[in-house]
Amino acid sequence: MMHDEPQMPLSMHPKKFALWLFIVSIIMIFAAFSSAYLVRRAEGNWLEFDLPPVFWTTTAVLVASSVTMQWAHFSARRNNMTGLKLGMVLTVLLGIGFLVGQWNAWQYLVEQNIFFGGNANDNPYPANPSGSFLYVLTGVHAFHLVSGLVFLGIITVAAFGYKVHSKSMTRIDMCATYWHFLDVLWVSLFVFLLVNH
Amino acid sequence: MAAVDIPAKHDMAHGDDHDHDHEHHQSFIRKYIFSEDHKTIARQYLFSGIFWAFLGGALSLIFRLQLGFPKMDMTFLKPILGKWIQEGKLDPEFYLALVTMHGTIMVFFVLTAGLSGTFSNFLIPLQIGARDMASGFLNMLSYWFFFLSSVIMLTSLFIETGPAAGGWTVYPPLSALPQALNGSGMGMTMWLVAMAFFIVSSLLGSINYITTVINLRTRGMSFSRLPLTIWAFFLTAVIGVLSFPVLFSAALLLIFDRSFGTSFYLSEIYIGGEALHYVGGSPLLYQHLFWFLGHPEVYIVLLPALGITSEIIATNSRKPIFGYRAMIGSMMAITVLSFVVWAHHMFVSGLNPFLGSIFMFLTLIIAVPSAVKAFNYITTLWRGNIVFTTGMLFSIGLVSVFISGGLTGIALGNSAIDIQLHDTYFVVAHFHLVMGSASFFGLMAGVYHWFPKMFGRMMDDKLGAIHFWGTFIGVYLVFFPMHYMGIAGFPRRYYSFTGFEVWKELYLDLTGFITIAAGFTALFQVLFLYNFIHSIFRGRRAPQNPWRSNTLEWTAPINPGHGNWVGEIPSVYRWPYDYSKPGAKEDFIPQHIPLWETPESNLSHEIEPGAVGSGGEKVAMDRQGDIEAPTIVNNKEEKGRIDVADSDKKE
Repeated sequence: MMHDEPQMPLSMHPKKFALWLFIVSIIMIFAAFSSAYLVRRAEGNWLEFDLPPVFWTTTAVLVASSVTMQWAHFSARRNNMTGLKLGMVLTVLLGIGFLVGQWNAWQYLVEQNIFFGGNANDNPYPANPSGSFLYVLTGVHAFHLVSGLVFLGIITVAAFGYKVHSKSMTRIDMCATYWHFLDVLWVSLFVFLLVNH
Repeated sequence: MAAVDIPAKHDMAHGDDHDHDHEHHQSFIRKYIFSEDHKTIARQYLFSGIFWAFLGGALSLIFRLQLGFPKMDMTFLKPILGKWIQEGKLDPEFYLALVTMHGTIMVFFVLTAGLSGTFSNFLIPLQIGARDMASGFLNMLSYWFFFLSSVIMLTSLFIETGPAAGGWTVYPPLSALPQALNGSGMGMTMWLVAMAFFIVSSLLGSINYITTVINLRTRGMSFSRLPLTIWAFFLTAVIGVLSFPVLFSAALLLIFDRSFGTSFYLSEIYIGGEALHYVGGSPLLYQHLFWFLGHPEVYIVLLPALGITSEIIATNSRKPIFGYRAMIGSMMAITVLSFVVWAHHMFVSGLNPFLGSIFMFLTLIIAVPSAVKAFNYITTLWRGNIVFTTGMLFSIGLVSVFISGGLTGIALGNSAIDIQLHDTYFVVAHFHLVMGSASFFGLMAGVYHWFPKMFGRMMDDKLGAIHFWGTFIGVYLVFFPMHYMGIAGFPRRYYSFTGFEVWKELYLDLTGFITIAAGFTALFQVLFLYNFIHSIFRGRRAPQNPWRSNTLEWTAPINPGHGNWVGEIPSVYRWPYDYSKPGAKEDFIPQHIPLWETPESNLSHEIEPGAVGSGGEKVAMDRQGDIEAPTIVNNKEEKGRIDVADSDKKE
């Protein structure tokens, strides 16, 4: 009647919210690395070299995997099980493809005598922080991508068990959020490297 | 988690079965060891924190003996320290290890995990009206990562080359080159591994705290009705999520430098006359990254203590907290500012002086919100009906050490004065008072105040008062003299200062005095330990609301089960500080009492439209018509909400 009944406070799904906070903490890790990169680069004694050209391909692959992820997500919402399964499998394959591409990039760096570690005592080409930073940025991103692949794998298995559909979207929602984030993170790292190289 | 949902699914009428329902299904291991109940996890953090506090304190007593009595024969410590005592003398490198481990343990394991871990876990669900944390599983994982980290850190104390010894800030190159120091070998590796797990634990905890505070508040618990404790824990967690990942990055690069031959922090270096050929690293880079966590860490340690104090001072002054919104505002200001002052730890590291003055300016601004908080504590106490419970004594003690330690911060924050004071005992005195002692007092205040809720029994007040006075006088005796030594330039972290004639003549008796005072303070902590353990088993049984407090945790059963409330979670109708409201029957009105039950004390803006100008009868009539309907609606919605959460789990 006239009394102000206490309102339920605004809230969102706790697990989705927690995922966003997790993403924030990953952003902070990369913020730390990239600012360290900039600060260190400004100090000079910085080895200049070309970025591995395969980065363009891997970037395209990862963006494509985001598209297939979104397709899988749409399919799940429309209860199109074939589309969902196909989308998930394609996303996993593209994700693995990206990692293979990144590995090739590291091989390219090694061929150019850009090493992760090693000083002048045991290596004619001592590691310069500029090269080491590239390994760290790509390596830590790849590590997170592996965690994303595990997540994708779980959802794919669930999709094949018909446990993901329009009435049960929470997990695939979270999976899509995380995967898109990893994609955006890589693209921004790539742009960062292109600009500050 | 299933047990958590049970109460919501039943009607009020079946409320009695609940306790019964959930006690059965849990084995001993699930209930006391790998528990997902936030209260059990909080107690686990508390016990671990107390263990670490005694260990960290014991380490400091050993190095205090060396500082206070450099000529002392320490052979009697040989049974504990073994070969670290040579010919009755403490090994100099082990002295450095003791200082390092004392700092690491106190900052991270006691005042971060022991304080935030205990009270954020315990109080957030109970004070916002939630059945548990957003994710009980992640919460459990958080504790066990902390446990793993603790085991590794503890083990590092016992290895042959000794634990990390490069100071708790582990600056490279000392920490990056295993050949630099005994402690930079295996001990340093274990330090880094332990800290990596600690960061994971802390992140899991923080993410959970933020999610819970934002998403699981009970009906009516708006942000402007949150107790200040919850505001403090919430902002602490925000700082944690933003700063700990940066420490992780810094530690990762350090690990690469140590074990993979990179040179992020290592530049051209000679060791024992031999050139090491590292190229182009920058040790300053580490300092920037470290202090980007390191400074916010100070507030991760302090804010929970300030929140706990706000709550206890308001309750025991029987007065509303003075400036509730100013308190929130100043905590937010501290949160933001804590991220932009880090370089004041680096004034003498070769930082650009212009940058130094910017950081000096930002640092001095922090004095404003801090002063607002100190002012508000004092004005809350002013003319209150003060009840001197032990928790209250420790809270007032916090205000005292916070002010006396904070004032010296204004001096230290000046980049010019810092040149003289940097790395002297003045700094040691400053942060031990404002961060160490203040947070420790907050921790103790919290333990005494919420002990009845944690263990269903009361701690002994007389022993508590003796503990307080011993500790309060003790910390001032220990840390106050250090200011004078610091101003004279007496450096911290020195094993032996007696080589310098000036200090030897002037300060040998003063350092001896400090050591005796430290031993005196430590004795009173043993008294606390006795009181704590004895009260868990033999303490007087706690009444429902021992401090006549307003917050929601006191409406839960005296020994709450997993799920906290039997039946429905109470709704919230008012802020938590309605103490001594004019016209009210009692001097406190808990948060779950509706306004329409207290027409005699409602203020003009709290009177509802239908009840304006009428007396108690009209309000009582309204209440009759209303009380049924909302209850049913509550149930329905509550049930719907829990079901959603449930179906997610089944996926």
